[in-house]
Amino acid sequence: MSERVYLRRKWLNRIMIGLCGIAAAAAIILLALILGYTLTRGIAAMNISFLTNAAKPVGEVGGGMRNEIFGTFILVILGSILAIPVGLMAGIFLSEFANPKVALAVQFAADILAGIPSIVVGVFAYAIVVQPMHTYSALSAGIALAIIMVPIVARTAEESLRLVPNSMREAALALGITRWRAVVGVIIPGALTGIVTGIMLAVARIAGETAPLIFTALGSQFGVQGLLKPIGALPLQIYHYALSPYRDQQQQAWAGAFLLILLVLGISILVRWLSNRKRF
Amino acid sequence: MSPMKAKSWKFNRSTHFADKIFSNSTLVFAMVIVGILLSLVIVLAVNAMPAINKFGFSFIGSSSWDAVRGVFGAWPAIFGTLLTAAIGLLIAVPISMGAAIFLTELSPLWLRGPASFVIEMLAAIPSVIIGLWGLFVLVPFVRNVLESWLGSKLGFLPLFQGAPFGVGFLSAGIILAIMVIPIITAMSRDAMRAVSDQQREAMLALGATRWEMIRKAVLPNCRSGLVGAVILGLGRALGETMAVTMVIGNSYTVSPSLFAPGSTIASKIALEFSEASSGVFVGSLIELALVLFGITLVVNVIARVLLWRMTAVKGTME
Repeated sequence: MSERVYLRRKWLNRIMIGLCGIAAAAAIILLALILGYTLTRGIAAMNISFLTNAAKPVGEVGGGMRNEIFGTFILVILGSILAIPVGLMAGIFLSEFANPKVALAVQFAADILAGIPSIVVGVFAYAIVVQPMHTYSALSAGIALAIIMVPIVARTAEESLRLVPNSMREAALALGITRWRAVVGVIIPGALTGIVTGIMLAVARIAGETAPLIFTALGSQFGVQGLLKPIGALPLQIYHYALSPYRDQQQQAWAGAFLLILLVLGISILVRWLSNRKRF
Repeated sequence: MSPMKAKSWKFNRSTHFADKIFSNSTLVFAMVIVGILLSLVIVLAVNAMPAINKFGFSFIGSSSWDAVRGVFGAWPAIFGTLLTAAIGLLIAVPISMGAAIFLTELSPLWLRGPASFVIEMLAAIPSVIIGLWGLFVLVPFVRNVLESWLGSKLGFLPLFQGAPFGVGFLSAGIILAIMVIPIITAMSRDAMRAVSDQQREAMLALGATRWEMIRKAVLPNCRSGLVGAVILGLGRALGETMAVTMVIGNSYTVSPSLFAPGSTIASKIALEFSEASSGVFVGSLIELALVLFGITLVVNVIARVLLWRMTAVKGTME
């Protein structure tokens, strides 16, 4: 009798452990499949003219995404310029100055903001920038990306500032310097790796964002013409070309995907390396 | 994370003038975050007014989307959003829970770091690339293999009837599962890791098998964290745009069949926003955005409260 109970428990144990192992393997294999397929298709489609040429009309071969690559670069810079000061200062406020109740409210707002679908952020940017200015623009896209970026930067900055030991704060103040000097000269340098990590994660996130760009950046056939004109972006062009019926454009979508994956995963691996070096 | 740190130096008396400026300017920037959130709600509501005034509450329940006559309704999009998210979670939750259990309880130590990293990488892949892969790999697979198989075995259910297009609710659901698995896995792993080892050791000392230990000592102690993780994944699935737009087929219909093409709120906005001309059309799309914002807001607030309660409980236990 008890023999049977033992046997049942033993087998249940094995089965459940096996299933958990299979689940983990499935998740990892899925990534390998997606990455492997995209990278092989991407490498096959990649060539020099993809990087150096502008988009060409359908039918002409040798078109590339030079302008879109440049556009993504500009949008990421613009988003970062707008978001990093806000995020960083908010992070400093949360970790160094806020009383617990205000901190809770700001943290909550940041977490909620981080959870808003990026397409809704795009609609918001459309309503506050594109509509009043009567034109799609790089600026509106940069603002949308900045809104996505701010909560990530703020929360990671706050977390890494909190990891700076209190003894550092006390030591700095004991030297007689003012609090803002202590923050800028001692505490921020102590948390710099974490802050940079958070910024890089946020950059990786916005570099691949597409949804908020559709009706803010719009895309442009004429390259980059300034911040108040429509602008192309790599993920946006991948989206357009993926749905294109033309084989050449589909090929370019894969090449673009390859480039975007290298960029985003490159940043992720760098972040991993940075944070490992610090903590463990 | 203790708020005591900040407090202990609030009582520092030697507040310099420059300090005042600095601390107040950090306050201003922090308030920018709150301001963005509030203005987002207000701006969306104001811009949706043409549609809200014209259709009222019937907007939610109506299924028409006719730009020529100027009559718009949200129901097919809401239906598609909820259905695809449900399919996504149905697939993602068991896999994520299994993977999280493996990562915290079963995996050899040397494998934990790399395996976690790989799963987190999956979260970093941009949505448009998942969509590209979905369009060229997943959709043909779903059309040629999965749907014909489901149709022949389970075709008596209305869920699995109809022509296998490939693009449709099923493909969108699978894509969403792929996208939320890393999120749910990572959050549940953190929740399970927060359970104290004493609980595990006590259970094993009583002679429990490893699975019994997980079932009775680990999972019950982090239940709110796990639910929070799933709801956070749900929030992500509801708002996911690009990958879904690329594989859902974009027809504006309500169908009981999972094989049918459809739309989600996000995909509808993504496809039509830059073409919308009339005030009511734009207003309707912005009202759709408002509805999506409302749904994800509720979902995210629930998730955050659950996750925060978990950390609070953990704090009092120690």
